[in-house]
Amino acid sequence: MAESFIRFDKVTKDYGTVRVVEDLDLDIARGEFVSLLGPSGSGKTTLLMMLAGFETVTKGAIILDGQRLNGVPTYKRDMGVVFQNYALFPHMNIARNVAFPLEMRGTAKSDIAARVKRALDMVQLGHLSDRMPGQLSGGQQQRVALARSLVFEPRVVLMDEPLGALDKQLREQMQLDIRELHHRLGLTIIFVTHDQDEALTMSDRIAVFDKGQIQQCATPRQVYDHPANRFVAEFIGETNLLPGKVTGVDGSKIALTMPDGSVLRADGATGLAVGDAALLSLRPERIDLHGPNDAPAGLNSLRGEVADTIYQGDHLRIVVTTPAGRIIARVPRKAAEWPNGASVALGFRPADGWIIAP
Amino acid sequence: MSRAPQLKALVLIAPLLVFLGMFFVWPLITVISQAISDPAISRVLPHTASAISGWNGKDLPSDEVQAAFRADIAANTDEMAMGDVTRRLNASKSGFRSLMGKTVTALKETPEIPLVEIDKRWGDTAYWLAIRENASPYTDAYLLASIDMERGADGAIKAMPEGSSANAAIILRTLWTSALVTLCCLLIGLPYAMVTASVTGWKRALLLGAVLLPLWTSLLVRTAAWMILLQENGLINQALMGLGLTNGPLALIYNRFGVVLAMTHVLLPFMVLPIYSVLLTVPGNLMGAAASLGAHPVRAFLRVLLPLSLRGVISGMLLVFMSAIGYYITPALIGGATDQMISSVIAFYATGSANWSMAAALGLILLVLTLVLYALYNRLSREPGQAR
Repeated sequence: MAESFIRFDKVTKDYGTVRVVEDLDLDIARGEFVSLLGPSGSGKTTLLMMLAGFETVTKGAIILDGQRLNGVPTYKRDMGVVFQNYALFPHMNIARNVAFPLEMRGTAKSDIAARVKRALDMVQLGHLSDRMPGQLSGGQQQRVALARSLVFEPRVVLMDEPLGALDKQLREQMQLDIRELHHRLGLTIIFVTHDQDEALTMSDRIAVFDKGQIQQCATPRQVYDHPANRFVAEFIGETNLLPGKVTGVDGSKIALTMPDGSVLRADGATGLAVGDAALLSLRPERIDLHGPNDAPAGLNSLRGEVADTIYQGDHLRIVVTTPAGRIIARVPRKAAEWPNGASVALGFRPADGWIIAP
Repeated sequence: MSRAPQLKALVLIAPLLVFLGMFFVWPLITVISQAISDPAISRVLPHTASAISGWNGKDLPSDEVQAAFRADIAANTDEMAMGDVTRRLNASKSGFRSLMGKTVTALKETPEIPLVEIDKRWGDTAYWLAIRENASPYTDAYLLASIDMERGADGAIKAMPEGSSANAAIILRTLWTSALVTLCCLLIGLPYAMVTASVTGWKRALLLGAVLLPLWTSLLVRTAAWMILLQENGLINQALMGLGLTNGPLALIYNRFGVVLAMTHVLLPFMVLPIYSVLLTVPGNLMGAAASLGAHPVRAFLRVLLPLSLRGVISGMLLVFMSAIGYYITPALIGGATDQMISSVIAFYATGSANWSMAAALGLILLVLTLVLYALYNRLSREPGQAR
């Protein structure tokens, strides 16, 4: 990672006696797209609000480009903020909304018109510049808010669940639009969301929040494939967690003995030692179903019985009871179907499982 | 099929319509007609009134008119009503008192005698003009009088002689006092509403309660409370003297200051509540958004919050002003003789001198003022999107 552009240094935030953010460290590089992902109340929005200057920092420091931000008022921080409810000024038309930050900075009148036009064209809304915000759809309003937060070329763009109020299709379109803007303009974006798909789609890195702390901060691929702990494994995507005991460690390859005595091999987090209790995280889509005696050699295999098959359109969810526990497998439609009660073997490659501390 | 629900709806709102009709529309019509009707002449001299309307006003009225006049006088049996007619005509043209007395007596004896033979004054068109002028069952005299105007002998509208009536001055005073009260309410109410809308929980409940409590208390009680506070040996004066800040009691009551103070207190909720309710609809993070876009808090206030609360400010100002111009109890109890507002004059005409027509005319002026303001309010309070 390049040198740190934004640094959270042991940041703590208390509301009265409640600690919402605790001793948090996070470094963000220039031009990076970082998502803060977590359940409500995990502290992700509070962190963003502290960065924007809407909330004070109880302890620790926030440093932007070498400048300590504690005590700097919001209007001097030079950050674009996009809110979930758009926060457009309802009494100004679109052009005046977008011109607002430029007027506040004393930009020359002739410049303002050109820059407003460019910003609105960038979000494909140039033709609506004399409408009032109330006359626009939610998606258009959010695009205006985006243009308004970018028009003054802020050092950082903060987005607080900006797509939360939009419907699914529009949300996906906007995700791609924002991602494209990020690449094209080289923006540094900090994006708060509780929607993991959104975070996976858009981010360079995802910081997964829980209980005021970052549980893991890594690329989408790492966070999904190699979750740092049980919270991350369960929060991102769907997973089967099978408890067992570590009986062998060879680098990142770990052997896990299940309660019924069978041994499964998979990659795992560092720090696990022989004798430790551990969990195997097994993503449903990484599991193949075979006939009871057809499991290919060299793969992990678990025997079980089909308990239920759920039709999901593009795939099937098959619930299998095994001695290691109930496992959900996600199989493509073209795979063979099994009647309830059929004996099956579940197979997965060692690289497709991930062993974590319980 | 489509008739039945409409009929049902009509039946359901019928009680409301009847109520509105009986207690709003009908009294309003009565007041308006009282203000502009003047039936004295047309009731006693109906034939004369209809005949004289065709007269050109230059030559003597035709025999037809004179015959109608004779017939009306002969047919009249109501001495009191004739007395009214005489008074009214005498007010327009002096000399009518003796002329009418003489004419009535003469016509009682010889109904067919030509009028000029009774008195040669009937040969003067001025007297006939006075009759024509008053013949209409409608008059604008009361409305004109309520703004200190009258019709001269030639029928043109002119101002009343100086010092004969103070209605216009009192209306101006009413408007001025109401404007002062509105301004005071705005100066206190706008910041108050902004603070109330920006806090939450018990603080908001307390602030709202402080505004609403006076609304739930009788106007008379509130005004009486101000009398206790403001009078010469009232709480405020005693406290000031006790602290040695003043030697003698300050004149806080029975002057304009007391009236404006008490009315501001009484009307403050009508300023605070509209502004407050408008501010509640303003998303909480607009000020934050403005700050993030580089606006200093003062500029953010001027550019964002103030324009957005303007609709509430206008509603509040008009509500306060419209209520204030009709105020009666508070100025009557707390004001001095020169602080009385137009309502006191109306009350005087209605209960003091039984001049219903003047009371109605002044009431009508007040109503028109209020309606004009209401129309203004409607225009100004339209949604910003529609306004363009």
